[in-house]
Amino acid sequence: MTMISDRQQLAYIASQAADARVNVELETEGMTLNIGPQHPATHGTLRIIARLDGEQVLWAEPSCGYMHRGYEKLTEVRTFPQVTALVNRIDWLGSFANEVPFILAAEQLMEIEAPPRAQHIRTILFELSRIANVSLFLGDLGVQLGAITPVFFAFRDREYVLNLIEGATGGRFHPNFDRIGGLKDDLPAGWIDETRAVMKKMRKFCDEIENLLFGNEIFESRTRGIGVIPRDVALQYGMSGANLRASGVDWDLRRDQSLPMAWDKVDWKVWTHNDGDSYARCWVRLQETRESTYIVERLLDTLPSGPVMTKVPRIIKVPEGEAWISTENPLGEMGYYVVSKGDLGPFRVKIRSASFNNISIVPWLLKGVYVPDIITILASLYFILGDIDR
Amino acid sequence: MNPLSSPAEATPRQDQMREQLLSDVTACLGDALVESHINVGNDLCVRIATDAWATSAAALKASLGFDYFCFLSAIDWMPSPFGKGEEDPTAEREERSTEIKQGLAGGETRMQVFARLVNHRTHVGITMKTDVPDAAPEVPSWVSVFAGANWHERETHEMFGISFSGHPDLRNMYLPTDFEGHPLRKDFPLLSRMVKPWPGIVDVEPLPGGGDEDEAEGSAP
Repeated sequence: MTMISDRQQLAYIASQAADARVNVELETEGMTLNIGPQHPATHGTLRIIARLDGEQVLWAEPSCGYMHRGYEKLTEVRTFPQVTALVNRIDWLGSFANEVPFILAAEQLMEIEAPPRAQHIRTILFELSRIANVSLFLGDLGVQLGAITPVFFAFRDREYVLNLIEGATGGRFHPNFDRIGGLKDDLPAGWIDETRAVMKKMRKFCDEIENLLFGNEIFESRTRGIGVIPRDVALQYGMSGANLRASGVDWDLRRDQSLPMAWDKVDWKVWTHNDGDSYARCWVRLQETRESTYIVERLLDTLPSGPVMTKVPRIIKVPEGEAWISTENPLGEMGYYVVSKGDLGPFRVKIRSASFNNISIVPWLLKGVYVPDIITILASLYFILGDIDR
Repeated sequence: MNPLSSPAEATPRQDQMREQLLSDVTACLGDALVESHINVGNDLCVRIATDAWATSAAALKASLGFDYFCFLSAIDWMPSPFGKGEEDPTAEREERSTEIKQGLAGGETRMQVFARLVNHRTHVGITMKTDVPDAAPEVPSWVSVFAGANWHERETHEMFGISFSGHPDLRNMYLPTDFEGHPLRKDFPLLSRMVKPWPGIVDVEPLPGGGDEDEAEGSAP
């Protein structure tokens, strides 16, 4: 090993400094930064290739496909009831919500409808998926900014909701509980009281997060005015869910379309924000989580009695036709375009997942931002890798 | 029909609304609209002439307020020559129908590109389809109308082999650059089904003496 003298080292530093001065005058060459696919701040295997000029992003592009499982092809070789086991795994944090639009599309083609009690329980489980999903987002938000405490709260309190989902369906993450014509089973004894107690806890959790993060000076300065998406841009990129409502578009698929679900049976509010920045997206999600706890409580109050399964044939053949159903999933609009040829399985299923559209705005959105803001902007857009790649 | 459901009340209103929408769309698009179909209470489906695919989207966006881009993809209407991979791969392959039959709003070609737009004020959507010429599978790109169509067209390009004229950058999104074939075309075999028949098919065969259907459906791993 050769020793470098102080003199040599100083000369080297001086030459570097001289180079840097020259580069400033000649416009620096820039640098390509590769974030991921395995990076603690990317929620999975999203890889972002960013071209930087100093601290500023010249262009950035997500590179997808590390989680692509080919579900659209696989649905073509499954029967209709088997497809729910696949689509569970698209957005794995809110998996019950993924099953619902597919089952509704199949029911629409078969011209059947689930009994009212099944519709109510579906809606309750749907909202519980949302609470479990978004509560993790709210905790994760702190981690992206260097605050470690909220994520512990989130994992602790999300477990209560997952226990409820497990109690009703048997699965924490992949319930596979929704059936064409209703539900696999009725609710277990004692579940309703337990749910009421947990909803109170979740509201407390929302308050805690609000106190910890949303009044925090650092949080505000890192999110206010960062990553602003104007509403016309959000619309033409097909952004949906809280991302769209944070850009001032008052549109919620739970309220604005008629589906055989129970959202129209109770009163609730759609939250919007006009700023369109990272803060607005986080704020809307927080309010929606709290609103969901009220929806669940009110649905429990009005839960009708009766069967949870309508009469369906033993072997389900779906008549020829095409149906499009989308619902307001935790991440945004999740829809299925189902084409049936009258067989046991679908002919073609187009899965429209929310994160794919929400992330396609990233090259536009990251242009000109600073490197530390990449992480907060991505966190505030909130995507699940399985929901991008399908 | 389930006696508990009562779609009869909601259906006429919805239908009327879509009839009205269809007449607006017809007035807006003129000759570009080839065929249409109203899926009562669910959707309006229109077929657009291939050449007018992009200009029709721009017209609908500008004059009828369809400003929300939902998705864009394609359908291969050819019946799969491999079926569902349910039979023994070593046995003689049975004859399958090769008749191409398009869905709602008709069609003339094997593949169709379809997309969905929504008016974010009225919350009413429209499904648009267009034929993809069999000889040269190319349709006009929507990127200049809806920036969000960029990724959807890239995905459709690699999965179906349909190219989009005017698209800035049709690189693969998911597949390796040197991948051969287009996985979502029906004549692309699902290899795992080619080597071994799907064991799940026993689940939907009628069991002797009936039995509980939920048990037979199998559970998630």
